Amino acid sequence: MHELSVCQALVQQLEMVSAANGGGSVALVRLRIGPLSGVEGPLLQRAFPLATAGTIAEGAELIIETAGVVVQCNDCGATSDATPNRMLCGACNSYRVRMVSGDEMLLESVELETADAAPAEIS
Amino acid sequence: MCDTCGCNITDGNRYLVSPGGRLEQTADGRAAVTVLKGLLDANDHQAAHNRTHFDARGILAVNLMSSPGAGKTALLEATIDALGDPRRMVVIEGDLETENDAARIRAKGVEAVQIATGSACHLDAHMVHDALHRLDLDGVDIVFIENVGNLVCPASFDLGQHLNVTLLSVTEGDDKPAKYPVMFRAADLMLLTKTDLLAVLDDFDTTKAEQALRLVGSAAPVLHLSPRKGAGVAHWVSWIEGELIAQRARIGAGTTRRPAIQAEGARLHTADPARGEHGHVHSHSHDHDHEHAAESKS
Repeated sequence: MHELSVCQALVQQLEMVSAANGGGSVALVRLRIGPLSGVEGPLLQRAFPLATAGTIAEGAELIIETAGVVVQCNDCGATSDATPNRMLCGACNSYRVRMVSGDEMLLESVELETADAAPAEIS
Repeated sequence: MCDTCGCNITDGNRYLVSPGGRLEQTADGRAAVTVLKGLLDANDHQAAHNRTHFDARGILAVNLMSSPGAGKTALLEATIDALGDPRRMVVIEGDLETENDAARIRAKGVEAVQIATGSACHLDAHMVHDALHRLDLDGVDIVFIENVGNLVCPASFDLGQHLNVTLLSVTEGDDKPAKYPVMFRAADLMLLTKTDLLAVLDDFDTTKAEQALRLVGSAAPVLHLSPRKGAGVAHWVSWIEGELIAQRARIGAGTTRRPAIQAEGARLHTADPARGEHGHVHSHSHDHDHEHAAESKS
């Protein structure tokens, strides 16, 4: 529902990343989104072209990686997979768990078009 | 070598591709920049500033969230009566349109600012910051933020509050925590409201509602109340007064507290470098004691 405002915040970050790294246009954006982040990957995909139109990221490719839901138990210490509405320890069923992964809403990396056409070889 | 999963990064070259390591480049000559920042970084930054303002004034900030019509404004009206002195609290009201809720609060002698969000489905930290500038916070103990009635979006935006309180009225269904896990996981306290109606509602089981909250991995306490009938209000107010004491103790110790919003996963992944990049000095050390704090209150 608020994916467009999230995308608009993303565009601001992309502009800052570009400015801090030579000012090239954005070619590719990698996000990591968890099922408990409150935003939906497919809706972000649809909002992204709207939010980036006329910006430095217009036409950029958006890759969204989905994070799994993982909890660590405060009672028995086990780490286990969980689902959004069953956040219990897989080993002892306790609800006293800490989420290790699942609510990420992360800008992982950005690829920028570089002005000079002499790509350095990185081994 | 694989360029997607990171398996080509070794201890020897990790510094090159870590945030700040500017040598990373893709095969086709693009500059690849590792960012590892939350998408709502700008909002979170503003929220941290709001929280610093609250802490500097000794204020406890509480964000009330629920679906529309669960009784947030009625709860605030009952709270004003129970707290005694109307100067102890101020209210920030969020709705898409109208001043109706702020007018109800002002009628009780409490200062209130209405944020009309237009079509936005949630409050964000910038809106709350603007509202704070329209309020006289001298001598105020508690700032209540009544978020837009919505069980989805408000849970994703940190406003600078210390606590989230999520209301679930008994007319809504006892499986709401299972249906809206992000919202109910964000709660530091769940309030079951309109409990006077339980007598005529045979399909709402308060035990099931609490179980549904536990199933989303929350240890938050649950209180039952009916603000209109006055039932349970004393428990709620003593919880708030206890939290105010805890907030003053945190301020004395130089720490603060964030609610369960945008939780641990993102922080673990960002580790230290990205968080520190801003150069802002707000303490983030409080985040990890959330579960324990919630448990000790019940």
